[in-house]
Amino acid sequence: MFNPQLNAEGKLKHLLSIEGLPKSILNEILNTAESFVGIAEREVKKVPLLRGKTVCNIFFENSTRTRTTFEIAAKRLSADVLNLNVSTSSQSKGESILDTVNNLIAMHADMFVVRHYQSGAAHLIAQHVPDSISVINAGDGRHSHPTQGLLDVFTIRKFKPDMHNLRVAIVGDVLHSRVARSEIHALTTLGVPEVRVIAPKTLLPTNIEKLGVQVFHDMKAGLKDVDVVMMLRLQNERMNGAMLPSSQEYFKTYGLTQEKLDLARSDAIVMHPGPMNRGVEIDSAVADGSQSVILPQVTYGIAVRMAVMAILASGGQA
Amino acid sequence: MKLPDPEILIQEITQQIKPLISPNTALVGIYSGGVWVLERILNTLNTDIAYGKLDAAMYRDDYAKRGLKSKNQPSWIPFDVNDKEIILIDDIFYTGRTTRAAMNELFDYGRPASIKLAVLVNRGGAQLPITPQITGADIPLKSHQSFQLSQDTLGKLHLSLETSSTPHDHEESPHV
Repeated sequence: MFNPQLNAEGKLKHLLSIEGLPKSILNEILNTAESFVGIAEREVKKVPLLRGKTVCNIFFENSTRTRTTFEIAAKRLSADVLNLNVSTSSQSKGESILDTVNNLIAMHADMFVVRHYQSGAAHLIAQHVPDSISVINAGDGRHSHPTQGLLDVFTIRKFKPDMHNLRVAIVGDVLHSRVARSEIHALTTLGVPEVRVIAPKTLLPTNIEKLGVQVFHDMKAGLKDVDVVMMLRLQNERMNGAMLPSSQEYFKTYGLTQEKLDLARSDAIVMHPGPMNRGVEIDSAVADGSQSVILPQVTYGIAVRMAVMAILASGGQA
Repeated sequence: MKLPDPEILIQEITQQIKPLISPNTALVGIYSGGVWVLERILNTLNTDIAYGKLDAAMYRDDYAKRGLKSKNQPSWIPFDVNDKEIILIDDIFYTGRTTRAAMNELFDYGRPASIKLAVLVNRGGAQLPITPQITGADIPLKSHQSFQLSQDTLGKLHLSLETSSTPHDHEESPHV
């Protein structure tokens, strides 16, 4: 079967989604990321792997954090970085996606990091670019956010190295979340035996069980004895129609408080992809508490993005 | 060709390293062969000398061709490199390109006072103005030949000679 992410030798050519990637490639990325963690602590926080290459961040949808971490990852690999905020640029003047991309190809960019509000945008660009260019999906619509999924499993692996003996709960707005889909694919591919999703029915896609997860609508039952709690952001901007009574009501039922967290294992870790709505999906005391690994997620996210870029720049060799 | 026993070569270079050691010295092994050699030297020296381990894959000039190799190890330099007298340790010296990459990486940790290079075997064929100061043995090889250092499950080191049909253009021991 044709897999647009892999080249003829089965090596990584583009990173578009976790779905469809074999366990071996996920492990290669995670193992490579280990080597990049320490670079941030050195006197010179740079390695010359992407020296002379141009990485172009094309963001059709605003995102400060993801763009910043991709930018810092590319810069620590010594690449030149071009940031294009298309939502405020030519698209508002009527230019099509592929015209925008063609212009950047003409500027000899070597790698595109793409975020778009439409699912499938990164695929479209990957099929359009010449062979020398790699595309990284930095989030497309509700579909996929592969580097977030990878950095989440990297963080889990750092704190809970035995992935084959874990119970993980993903809590919140799964319906609108590309992060949740990428997390589920990454966790199940890496052999995590029990992945749960906890959400109200209105915030769950139909047939989510088919991805190999157990569905819970009640926090008390869902959080019982889990090792990892992955909170999702309530995506107000993607909601149309009354899916929830109110954010206060949501916090009461699905917001992560210490009291609810105490149902999980005593050494459970709490994760959140950011940006957080404090007091909506997560209580401040938990977000800043001793079980929270939310800031390590950000730090590891840079190492994971460096690993993905380094592997793509060498034609998929890890 | 009768190949030397790497364990004896290690004793040989350890004797050469001993008089060079000062309170300011640090030993740095290059993955993977150089780290095996480093560990044995540390066992023999039995002093609390500063040491570290380098994987120079990110600094290699042939990175685009060969990638990082998935078994690459994170570099680990736990001491302050500034003003240290560093002895780099590798197993086989060939083109000098690994040494160049390792030196470039070291300088990203700080400015050492000096760097010397110690290797088990110099097989000849340097392509850069770099040469080891401490050598266990000089055994010139043809370009299609290469030495491989391996470690068995008991931890014993073995040296083997490999011959390939295509000449290695600029490859030292495979740091995989």
